[in-house]
Amino acid sequence: MIEKVFYGSKKYWAWVIFLIVLLGTCFHFYLMQFNEGLKITGLSRNVSWGLYIAQFTYLVGVAASAVMLVIPYYLHHYKAFSKMIILGEFMAIAAVTMCMLFIFVDLGQPTRVLNVLLYPQPHSIMFWDMTVLAGYLGLNLIIGWTTLEAERKNATPPSWVRPLIYLSVAWAISIHTVTAFLYAGLPGRPFWMSAIMAARFLASAFCAGPAILLLLVFLIQKVSKYAVGEEAVNALAKIITYAMSANVFFMLLEVFTAFYSHIPDEMNSFKYLYYGIDGQHALVPFMWTSAGLGLLSLALLIPPSLRNNKKLLPFALAALVMSTWIDKGLGLIVAGFIPNPFDKITEYLPTFPEIMIAVGVYTIGVFILTILWKVAISVKEKSTT
Amino acid sequence: MDNDKRRFLRLMGISTGLLAGSSLFGGMSSILKLGTKFNGDALASQGMEYGKFASDPKALKANRWAIAIDLRKFKTHDDYKRCIDACDNIHNIPVIPNNQEIKWIWEENYENAFPEQQNKYLEEELKDKPVLLLCNQCEYPPCVRVCPTGATFKRPDGIVMMDYHRCIGCRYCMAGCPYGSRSFNFQDPRPFIKHIDPEYPTRTKGVVEKCDFCIERLDKGLPPACVEASKGSIIFGDLSDTNSDIRKVLSNNFTVRRKPELGTQPNVFYII
Repeated sequence: MIEKVFYGSKKYWAWVIFLIVLLGTCFHFYLMQFNEGLKITGLSRNVSWGLYIAQFTYLVGVAASAVMLVIPYYLHHYKAFSKMIILGEFMAIAAVTMCMLFIFVDLGQPTRVLNVLLYPQPHSIMFWDMTVLAGYLGLNLIIGWTTLEAERKNATPPSWVRPLIYLSVAWAISIHTVTAFLYAGLPGRPFWMSAIMAARFLASAFCAGPAILLLLVFLIQKVSKYAVGEEAVNALAKIITYAMSANVFFMLLEVFTAFYSHIPDEMNSFKYLYYGIDGQHALVPFMWTSAGLGLLSLALLIPPSLRNNKKLLPFALAALVMSTWIDKGLGLIVAGFIPNPFDKITEYLPTFPEIMIAVGVYTIGVFILTILWKVAISVKEKSTT
Repeated sequence: MDNDKRRFLRLMGISTGLLAGSSLFGGMSSILKLGTKFNGDALASQGMEYGKFASDPKALKANRWAIAIDLRKFKTHDDYKRCIDACDNIHNIPVIPNNQEIKWIWEENYENAFPEQQNKYLEEELKDKPVLLLCNQCEYPPCVRVCPTGATFKRPDGIVMMDYHRCIGCRYCMAGCPYGSRSFNFQDPRPFIKHIDPEYPTRTKGVVEKCDFCIERLDKGLPPACVEASKGSIIFGDLSDTNSDIRKVLSNNFTVRRKPELGTQPNVFYII
């Protein structure tokens, strides 16, 4: 099947070459970081995690969101998703790969990364996160590839895949739960130490991931003859709407607990994010943009007449993705460190090299996605004609 | 393929296998031999004394090391500086002039050291009184709990240690520490060290570091450098020994610890 990668239109090759050139440019910045250390980032003694770890967190959600297709399709036999399911599974593979790469580029001593396997520490949540992410990558590779291969041969997938599919449902939930546990179990970070963190993570994942998937599907439908069908799009948009509503609701629960209890530790990070503290307010414009876009997306998604309007839907989804990305891919991680344990504020904004390294990791993800979707769509187009 | 060729290939295969096996065996046995070299008998047979490499008999030992900082005795700026410099100088602490700095022991205002003690009407003297901060060597250290490689670990005597050669620089320990006691080498620290002391290792870029109660001095029978430099304002000792100085100080004075509500059981006490 992999040979499909080598046959494509001029546009396809131009895209592949563009990605490779972009990756080369970004790799230059990684070499800079490799040689000089993480000093080239905006990180500091007080805000010791930033853009990389936030992207990792966001993408774990994107990876887990494949389950929003797997549950309806495999557990409820909802056949409308038949042309989209493989795209979701393959997007999960690209997302998990990016997660691992974001952890890797965040390391101060990347050449020692295998110490995590050489000296496994089961009391560290990071050990479990590595385990579940690697497992999820394997599951999606096996399931995606096997079902696609079966389709190419006009056969039903082998029966041993089914238990793996059921396992992958629980596994998808586990990857984002464990990722939330990375933060939610730390005694000195009140902004993160919340029991609803895992639920909030899953809710934002289940809206943002499918929204990204739909936007990419619209793009594919533009550049190829592949179509997933209107019913599938409408159904997924409905799932996205429910998940986004839950996401906003969970976030408001946090706000209530913090501000009604009036405990400074609980309120401070929120205050910093949305108002700034002592004139320090680097993230305030981002957070209000996020809030505005989030509400806009809900306004465009909740009324069925607007949601089913195919002209409006891409805008609603793009607003949702931007909103959740700012919230989780920027604010959530940084605000956990602000104020610091001395009740002081050190601000953080990523530097240009740091952003370029992040772009590089995304480029690898898009490259993997391009290759996998090329295979999937080539196979699907053949099997339907 | 004819029979001769097949037989030849098989022969080649077997002999290669044997060769590989024997060299592996050879390698194993030489490793085992190397092992015996290090046991006492082998040393004796080479005319070396048994126990020559044992730890210094003067080494200080305890079940639970702790310190108490008597802030009442810190009066002038120099009282603080003496302790900080003593540590910085012997541990090759770089002076990095931005927020990617390295700190093992440092000053923080009272209200920043104990932010949960919010009090608008705080005693005038305390308002601007600096507090010496360092790693609390917690009984239940969150940094050790979260470390994915075991690069940070707790010794039997309670000191939380760093293995700079195992640390992968993920900085999970920095997120885990509720006291901001850990620093990360965002860059090679050596150009920022005024005078490198060859007695103590410098660190590399990409690893986390922190105070370790001067284990290298304890091994030689000396108290931590800050304790020595404080001239009696910092008391060091074994909490498990009821007759130790620190136990006497703790039973005769009201002491506080930073963020006790988190249950980490810090082993640094403050007399305000």
